[in-house]
Amino acid sequence: MESVTGSVIIPGTAQGIVLASTEPLSFWGGYDQHTGEIIDRRHPLSGENGAGRILALPFTRGSSTTTAILLESVRRGVAPAGIITDRADVFLALASVVADEMYEGAFPMVAVDRVVFEQLRSGDHAEIGEGGAIRISPS
Amino acid sequence: MALSEFDKALLAGEEGPAAQMAMRILNRMLPVFGVDRFMDVEAAHIDSTVYMGVATMEYAERLAELGAKVRVPATLNVSGVDEHGWQEWEVPEEVAANATRQMRAYEAMGCIPTWTCAPYQTEHAPSFGQQIAAGESNVIGYYNSVIGARTERYPDLLDICAAITGRVPAAGLHLDEGRKGTVLLRLRGVSRQLQEDDAFYPVLGHLIGRMAPDGIPVIEGMDVQPTNDQLKAVCAGGASSGAIALFHMVGVTPEAPTTRDAFQGAEPPRVIEVGMDELRRSYQDLSTADGERLDMVVLGSPHFSIDEFKALAPLVKGRTKADGVDFLVTCSRAVRMIAEHVGLLEPIETFGAKITVDTCPLTSPMLPDRIKNMMTNSAKYAYYSPGLLGVDVIYGRLTDCVESAIQGRVIREEGPWKA
Repeated sequence: MESVTGSVIIPGTAQGIVLASTEPLSFWGGYDQHTGEIIDRRHPLSGENGAGRILALPFTRGSSTTTAILLESVRRGVAPAGIITDRADVFLALASVVADEMYEGAFPMVAVDRVVFEQLRSGDHAEIGEGGAIRISPS
Repeated sequence: MALSEFDKALLAGEEGPAAQMAMRILNRMLPVFGVDRFMDVEAAHIDSTVYMGVATMEYAERLAELGAKVRVPATLNVSGVDEHGWQEWEVPEEVAANATRQMRAYEAMGCIPTWTCAPYQTEHAPSFGQQIAAGESNVIGYYNSVIGARTERYPDLLDICAAITGRVPAAGLHLDEGRKGTVLLRLRGVSRQLQEDDAFYPVLGHLIGRMAPDGIPVIEGMDVQPTNDQLKAVCAGGASSGAIALFHMVGVTPEAPTTRDAFQGAEPPRVIEVGMDELRRSYQDLSTADGERLDMVVLGSPHFSIDEFKALAPLVKGRTKADGVDFLVTCSRAVRMIAEHVGLLEPIETFGAKITVDTCPLTSPMLPDRIKNMMTNSAKYAYYSPGLLGVDVIYGRLTDCVESAIQGRVIREEGPWKA
């Protein structure tokens, strides 16, 4: 997989190292808004850091507070650079919309097919371009 | 897009700048919901009250300063502090000050200051079929599943936009077709005795969240009618380990008199048998420690009800907890007031328990660092405490929590969970 196109959920461009899991995450209790660390101790990415990364998660589970956590992490500069999901996730998308309203801090989001999603690997480099284009360079 | 005249007026700022901002956010979210029109809601429950840092305060104050007023009755979820009791704990002054400012902002918008994550156990609970905009994952689950009111899974920050405008995307769980079961979970070999046990329901909730994280599970095979508190525990568990916003329990919840009704006449797309092996694994998964060390017992996520106080009071009456163990119950101001009035609080406080209102240890940085091992009867506390508080948790039934607090070490009656 080198180049794929997904659906634009939130427009914009970003690039960074991929942090990927097929396991959904609640950001409340799962993402430290002060540091960007994944803190859900039952999650495969526990202990990794999502700040500045291209975070690939299928969708968010759990708390409604996921959006608030992500907004605060944008304010503090420890949010992911961009997010890839396998569906339109309202909780994550809203954080980008409100970050834009409050802090001009929108981050792009793209949703890809499940098959494509499962091929994303932590450590690869990903570039989210215009129109939902994603370019992957293996590590 | 098919915006109504009212939607367009809101967007044009004709109802003021706060309503304009709220509608602008909703309008940008409309395509993410995958629909092109809005619909009315009759009430809301606001989870944006949770203080997660300066951003959540600034957002609330921005709306309040722009003159926001809610158009529909809107109850408030927990805040970041027990407004009148935080000094007894380790809450940093700055957090208390900011969280209090955030509380004032939502009150200024005309919301109902319920300060609870169990609004369905207040006089403001919605009724069957009502269209609601609710945040807070357990509330969403309870409104949809137990009451049969209709709310999508709304995130913090959007619930208040819906309350200010009275409008939500006409999507998902608001519509008949969005409420159809997606997977049948058939209970097999789960004894009536276990079904009558409070300890069963958090474990079941945790399990359905794991098995159908993004689905609408239909649970078949119940031999008893669970209480509202037991169903509340299923909601909280399923919305922590998964994203369960609606489940049907055949013969129990209002949209599932029969399995066929729960699937709206269709065949179940997927059937999973759930037996004691699966339940035991779920029970084990709720705990992260298995030693005897115990620093704290915490009850009340979601907030304790009067019935739960009625169950706790006789267990602790005339007894005293061990010195080295903190014992905390979290509830709403209203429930504490009633519990006090009817004499339920006195034996609990004499036992050595403390009561926190308005919030809980997951949403308020109130616990001392020495708390490392925590015991709870709540799947939600059990799920989130390791990540949010950096503690180990032990899940146990209410009687185990009380007995452990008295003995000063973890004691669990494994009973039905033994293989």
